[in-house]
Amino acid sequence: MSDNGPATPPAAHAEDDAAGTPGALGTPGAAAAPGKRPLVHRHHWLVRVTHWANAVLLVGMIASGLQIYNAFGHFGPRGGPFYPNPFDGKPFPPWSRLGGWLAGGLNWHFALAWPFVFTGAAYLLYMVFSGEWRSLLFRPRDVPRAIAMQLYYLRLRREHPPQGKHNALQKGAYTSILLLAVISVLSGFAIYKPAQLSWLTALFGGYELARYWHFWAVFLFLAFTLVHVTLVLVVDPASLRAMITGWYRGRFPSHD
Amino acid sequence: MTDRRLSRRDLFRLGLAAGPASLVAACGWDGGPHLGPKLHAVSKVNDWVGEKLFLSSSRLAPQYPRSLRTAPRDFPAYSISHPLPVVADPAAWALEVKGLVAQPQRLTLAMIQALPRVTYTVKHHCVEGWTAIATWTGAPLSSVIALAQPTAAARYLRFDSFDHGYFNGWDLKSAMHPQTILAYAWNDRPLTPAHGAPLRLYAPIKLGYKLTKFLTAMTLTAEQPGGYWENQGYPWLGGV
Repeated sequence: MSDNGPATPPAAHAEDDAAGTPGALGTPGAAAAPGKRPLVHRHHWLVRVTHWANAVLLVGMIASGLQIYNAFGHFGPRGGPFYPNPFDGKPFPPWSRLGGWLAGGLNWHFALAWPFVFTGAAYLLYMVFSGEWRSLLFRPRDVPRAIAMQLYYLRLRREHPPQGKHNALQKGAYTSILLLAVISVLSGFAIYKPAQLSWLTALFGGYELARYWHFWAVFLFLAFTLVHVTLVLVVDPASLRAMITGWYRGRFPSHD
Repeated sequence: MTDRRLSRRDLFRLGLAAGPASLVAACGWDGGPHLGPKLHAVSKVNDWVGEKLFLSSSRLAPQYPRSLRTAPRDFPAYSISHPLPVVADPAAWALEVKGLVAQPQRLTLAMIQALPRVTYTVKHHCVEGWTAIATWTGAPLSSVIALAQPTAAARYLRFDSFDHGYFNGWDLKSAMHPQTILAYAWNDRPLTPAHGAPLRLYAPIKLGYKLTKFLTAMTLTAEQPGGYWENQGYPWLGGV
């Protein structure tokens, strides 16, 4: 899947996108001139491959995880008390589970964990060594920018705040989801080896709480995915193509 | 040019749809005849990683104060046989230690109770996801292994029970762990039939299904023994 695509877009494509009218949300600070949206290369092949691989792997991790949950649908020691859980004692429906029974769920979960961790690590290493982390990591200086962005979305501010590849709210969302992935992996290890890695399990507040956080991560992932997919389709459909082919021609072409 | 790019895009879409679709198709099965063996192979890799990378032969599992013990009625006890298997004549019961050993043994309960004694209050981890804390007392398995003197070829142990053929296989490293014991007391009292009387294997470094109850024999082997649940698909090492 190496991307040796042209560094400059073929001329044939420069005119096939005539829609240059600013959308309802206005034109971003660094917007291109109407009618001539530039085609920019946005995502390295490694980012695209790991993005889609982890999307598929996450589905498998969650489905096999729900199968494992079914064996003991509570959080807390035997005899209780159990931690608050709207799904307490309730089995998840068969269509949401992978593995058929506990052993099958475990084997899927522990098999998919390998590529899930490796693609996640490959992505993080790429972000660090390419310097791309700068366009994604939410830092203290992004706080006022995030507020400005929120004011713009609430129509309390007229102009779209200037942004790089992502606006400050996106940075916050993407940084959070990466943090959630790291927490999921670490809490997973904490409940996989609570005796050998007892220090890690203790960091999560013990085995029962580590299992609790590991479970809640599922619903945060699902909530993120719902918002993420909705925003892609509603606000910036061109970004879907960018995550597939690497090339972006849309309303937010700026690149830092 | 446009056609070529469209077809490439279609290919991508097909791939994106095929991934989740194959996962959905896989839902409800444990891998089937094609993926099942592959999942089993990965599980073997995980066993290797669990033994070689995670398992320490000296690191101790956390211990807890007696005040945190799970109420005895809340501590589940599983067995294959129903009703519970019970030894008819406790005086006639003995643990056979055999296989790749220089000194095979036949140990009565009194002989095992005369060995060094280990008592700890630890957390029991069930593969189902529940935990329970109890105090266990017994003889270190390492002292029984020392009595039998395994040969150089011995790499695994097989534990047999009188519970409807229930058995487990263990790696020697976990067996030699200082917290791995042959337990004859639970919460400061003689082991009850529900918890594997007269003698059971116990260790806070393995999942509950690895801790063979109602012991009859321990065999040192060169080949990896399977196990009652392990042969049905559960991870063989079961280390926590």
